[in-house]
Order: sequence, then C-alpha cells, then structure tokens
Amino acid sequence: MNFIDYYKVLGLDKSASAKEVKNAYRKLARKYHPDLNPNDTTAKTNFQQINEANEVLSDPEKRKKYDQYGKDWQHAEEFEKQKQQQSQAAGSYGGGFSSGRQGRSDFSDFFESMFGGGGGSSSRARQTKYRGDDYTSEIHLELINAYTTHKQTLTVNGNSIRITIPAGVENGQTIKIAGHGGPGINSGPNGDLYISFVIANHSKIKRLGNNLFQTVYLDIYTAVLGGEITIDTLDGKVKLKVKPETQNGTKVNLKGKGFPVYKSEGQFGDLQVTYQIQIPAHLTEKQKALFEELRKIKD
Amino acid sequence: MQIDNLIALDEFCAKHEIEISFVDSLQQYGLIEITTIENAWFIDSNQLLQLEKFVRFYYELDINLEGIETISHLLQRVNALQNELVVLKNRLGIYE
Repeated sequence: MNFIDYYKVLGLDKSASAKEVKNAYRKLARKYHPDLNPNDTTAKTNFQQINEANEVLSDPEKRKKYDQYGKDWQHAEEFEKQKQQQSQAAGSYGGGFSSGRQGRSDFSDFFESMFGGGGGSSSRARQTKYRGDDYTSEIHLELINAYTTHKQTLTVNGNSIRITIPAGVENGQTIKIAGHGGPGINSGPNGDLYISFVIANHSKIKRLGNNLFQTVYLDIYTAVLGGEITIDTLDGKVKLKVKPETQNGTKVNLKGKGFPVYKSEGQFGDLQVTYQIQIPAHLTEKQKALFEELRKIKD
Repeated sequence: MQIDNLIALDEFCAKHEIEISFVDSLQQYGLIEITTIENAWFIDSNQLLQLEKFVRFYYELDINLEGIETISHLLQRVNALQNELVVLKNRLGIYE
C-alpha cells in the first residue's frame, strides 16, 4: 500500500484554497468523468483517483488529518487512539475520524486505511453512484446452430459468461444480459452486456423470418413419372412424394418444417421447396435411342 | 405507450433535488422527450439513464445546456465508432 499524493492528483500545491480544490476537481472530472469517456478504463481509474483526492481535500477535517500525518499515515491510527484516550481522560470527546465502513467502496487501500470505508461523504458529487459501461459483443452462428436452443460460453473483457441462445434467433438481433457490463463506480450498478447475433448464410437453405426456402434437384424421370425422394432439412431427412408430370420451378409448401419461432416453443415457420429439374447428360446409345422413340411418338 | 414505462418527472426532480425547468430545457434542446398525461409530465423509462447523465453533466460538472447538447452528439458518434470497432475486431479475429 503506497502513499497517495492527493495534491499531485489534483495538480495543486498544499496551500490550495477550498475554491481551488473545487475548481481543480471540476476541471479534471470534466476530463475523466465516466459519462464522457465510455468504455475507457484508464479514464475511469483516473476519475476514481481524482474523486478520492477531492473526497479528502474538500473535507476540512479529512484534509487536516491528511496534512498532519502525510507520509506517516500508517501511524495515524496510533496517534488518533492516543489523542482520543487523552480527550476522554479530560472528560470530552474530541471527534476524529471514526466513520464506520458502509458497504463496498471504490476508494484505494490507502484511503480506507486512513479514513475507513465509505468516506462519510456529504456532497452530491461524492454520493453519486455511477452505473458501469455497457459492453457490446457479437456471436457468429451457423444457421443450424440458430435452429436449436443451446448454451454457449462467451468471453467478455476476460470474464467467461455462459449464455443460453434460444432457437429462432435472427441475424442482427441483439439481446441484453443485464448486469454483465462494466463494473459500476462508487458501488453503482454494473452496466449491461449487449450481444448481437451474426448468422451465416446456409449453402442450400435460405431463411426469411421463420420460413425456409430450399431448391431440390429432380431427375427428369421422377419429374415425369412421379416418385418418392428424400431431402436433407435442418430437422433431418424428410420424405417427399413427387407428383407425376411435375414442372420445373414447381413450389411445394411444407407446413411447420421451417425455422423455430423465437421464444415460442413448438411453433415453426414453413419450408418451401422449389423443384429444379435436371436434364440428363452423357446419355448412352440406348438412352438416346429411347429418347428418339419418345420424340417420334410426340411428333 | 404503456403507462407502466413512464416515470413521473416531479418525483424524479424531487429525488435528484433539481428544478423541473431544467428537464423542460432539455426537452427544448431536443435531448429528451416528455409525455404529458392529464397535466402531469412523464418520461419513458428508456430515457432515464440518459436524463440522469444530463443531470450529472449540469449539476456536477457545471456544463451548460449548449455543452450538453454538443457532448450528446459527440457521445453518440463515439458509441457508434466503438461499436463499429468491436464488430471489425471480431471479424478480424475470425482470420487470426
């Protein structure tokens, strides 16, 4: 624990008047105030230091004690006790700095050792609790990951946070995790953590809201004669009956096979399948002959 | 707008020991929006943090209304730039 030169922190000399202390504090507060320096930890540390310096130098009693003991602050308690005993012997109470600790404070160990916790503040500035900064972060997901509710561990400013990502989260959607932002000042509340989701496009499936769109390639024989095919969806394999004489570009709507609706358990959008018919290539002689037969029949 | 989300300005001012005319001035500068219901003034709860910030600027840091207006614009730009920086850093992180 080191001695802190509060005069130096505020850029003053020991003879500074109360007005000069106030002016110096205000000037530096305007420079380092957390409201004016979002997400700047250096400014926050500087602000805590000048706040502490002001706490001592703007209070005549604290300043007197600080000036009296200075670098010998470690012996201040002994001196105080001796002084108090002498005062009590004389039948009077001498006052002193006996303020009790009132919860967690953001003062340095040096300050707390000399003045106790809490600081016994009286002015508006010294009583103010500052909310911590809000943090922002991004989570990148594949479409399949956004399809199911799952947990993910996120590291924000060195802290690991395990969050549940609900199924159906949208690309660009932001969720707030209250109290996981920057720490507050003077026991103020923590800020919040805002997480934005970036969901990568799927190579075969397009998403629009809760509806999915998928192109399925059909061979010409199934398209003409009909049949049964199996397609891969985000929910696994699905069997489809293809009607005979299905035309290129035919769309089929599969109700409830789309994307889960955000925070609505059991509700899903639709999956729209578009058939794209593939013309066969590299035909054998026999296949060519059969197609010729078909052409003759057509003519 | 739901009434549950509204905060009575006379209560806010009493708690912070400030004049309601200060909040009115903030409205005139376009820094906050006040809702009037049956002659009583309210602000939406999502403006509360912003309003408390303006109170600190004015009463603790001696910044006048013109200064608050300027700072408000600059802070919006700082926040937007910081968010953009986070997004870009995260994107770069994918390639590292």
